[in-house]
Amino acid sequence: MAIDAIEKTAKNLVLTVQDYSLFAWRAFTNLYRPPIYWPEFLIQADIIGFGSLSIVILTGLSTGGVLALQSAATLSAFGATAVTGEFVSVTMIRELGPILTGVMVSGRNASSMASELGSMVVTEQIDAMRALGVDPFRKLVTPRIAATICMLFFLTIVSDACGIAGGGLVTVFMNHQNGTQYLNMAWEHLRYPDIIQGLVKPLFFGYILSSIGCFYGLRTTGGTQGVGRSTIQAVVWASVFIIFVDFLLTQVLLTLFPPL
Amino acid sequence: MSDSPASAQPGPSPYGQPMAMDASPVVLFRNVSIAFDGPPVLEDISFSVAPGETRILLGPAGVGKSVLLKLVNGLLRPDEGSILLFGEEISHMPEEQLFPLRTRAGMVFQEGALFDSLSVRDNVAYQLIQEKVPDSEIDLRVRDALRFVELEETFDLFPSSLSGGMKRRVAIARAFIRQPELLLYDSPTGGLDPLTSTTIIELIVKERDVYHTPSIMVTHRIQDAFLLCNNRFDPEQGRMVPLPNGETDPSTTFLMLDEGRLIFDGSLHELVRSQNSFVREFLE
Repeated sequence: MAIDAIEKTAKNLVLTVQDYSLFAWRAFTNLYRPPIYWPEFLIQADIIGFGSLSIVILTGLSTGGVLALQSAATLSAFGATAVTGEFVSVTMIRELGPILTGVMVSGRNASSMASELGSMVVTEQIDAMRALGVDPFRKLVTPRIAATICMLFFLTIVSDACGIAGGGLVTVFMNHQNGTQYLNMAWEHLRYPDIIQGLVKPLFFGYILSSIGCFYGLRTTGGTQGVGRSTIQAVVWASVFIIFVDFLLTQVLLTLFPPL
Repeated sequence: MSDSPASAQPGPSPYGQPMAMDASPVVLFRNVSIAFDGPPVLEDISFSVAPGETRILLGPAGVGKSVLLKLVNGLLRPDEGSILLFGEEISHMPEEQLFPLRTRAGMVFQEGALFDSLSVRDNVAYQLIQEKVPDSEIDLRVRDALRFVELEETFDLFPSSLSGGMKRRVAIARAFIRQPELLLYDSPTGGLDPLTSTTIIELIVKERDVYHTPSIMVTHRIQDAFLLCNNRFDPEQGRMVPLPNGETDPSTTFLMLDEGRLIFDGSLHELVRSQNSFVREFLE
């Protein structure tokens, strides 16, 4: 019995990976093929981009502040509190900005996509759309993926800026250090490879979180309970996958742009 | 085993358009089987729908009636057998080629399946909007379709503010706004009170007798099936009236499923005289 259960779980896992791979490939190729539903793209860009702005600003400010507090405490032991600005900006832009934005937006939007599409599946709206001669993949999935990739890129820039600002506020008002020095250090030690690393990652994270959200939404079964299950799976797998891919991407990008 | 051969076609209808006896079928199933992670849901199903014919698919709940209906327009794919829709083999047709074919068939889902984020106007006009038909023409055609189902006043409403029966009627309007060549009704009266069910059946009778669109109606309610078969739409009175002298509509025929197999294919006359024990039990 136990072996049967393990076999069934393993088969389900392999099947899910296979289905997701096919889904992700189809989603990727659809990004470049007409018809492109621009009104749907703009609606999703508004929901995902402007809708997530507040959580991204708050997360960026807090993370930058925490980084400044922690780094100042550690760096003071070496008499190097002056490099707080460099530490905060490089960490935010290369790593924390993209990944925290990806995870936060995933919590908000992968769940929303999975529950919205899942509800449409269980109420037969997806079948109705197909019966009316409209491809739900192109109408619902492609605009969401394109909008997420596009908006996560800009949200990450906002998050980076807010993180540096949050670090600056803490540096000036709590650590009582010089604000100009903080900004100079933050700016002068920033290199183009740091910025490229920080802006390449959200393109991948946006694709991952939106494709996983849509994938779990469209394979919902089992009524409203199934919608809840899909939502949880979408958020969990999107977050885990983002962190895992971040590790791989960092390895690749550090090879391409080795640190000085 | 069917009581009558799948190829049996009804004669000319005295109440509707004459039926083309030798015309190629709109839908043709040949030895179709399908299973989902277990025993077959449908096994070795063969039947056809002739132009102008209305087929009522009977059977208890969970017997595979909705699955069969979804096979007709390619929403599901069979594991075995072949399905011809408008003369084209669709069992292995790529999804992208199926979309234009599906626009020629209207489908009414069990619970209506209206898009809850769109107004009634946008739901009914869904296909027309995709085809970029001008707004003024859309408004006219939507009002015509809503007038047909007697729900013109719901034009600007959203599905959440409609009753179950109204949702089905809007779904019917959505299904035939483009004058489809085939209509598929999936339990259109399921879960509705008798009065509302009769209203829905009256609309189906009206559609059958006014536009003569071939159709398949899935139901487990034998009273709805009889109502559809024993009545005609009277355009002068603007309502459904019983056929005289206990006559039945010859263009309306029956299919019955039991445990995934087609056990009956024939007219009402043949149905009520069937000796099949399941048919007898179902009718009683």
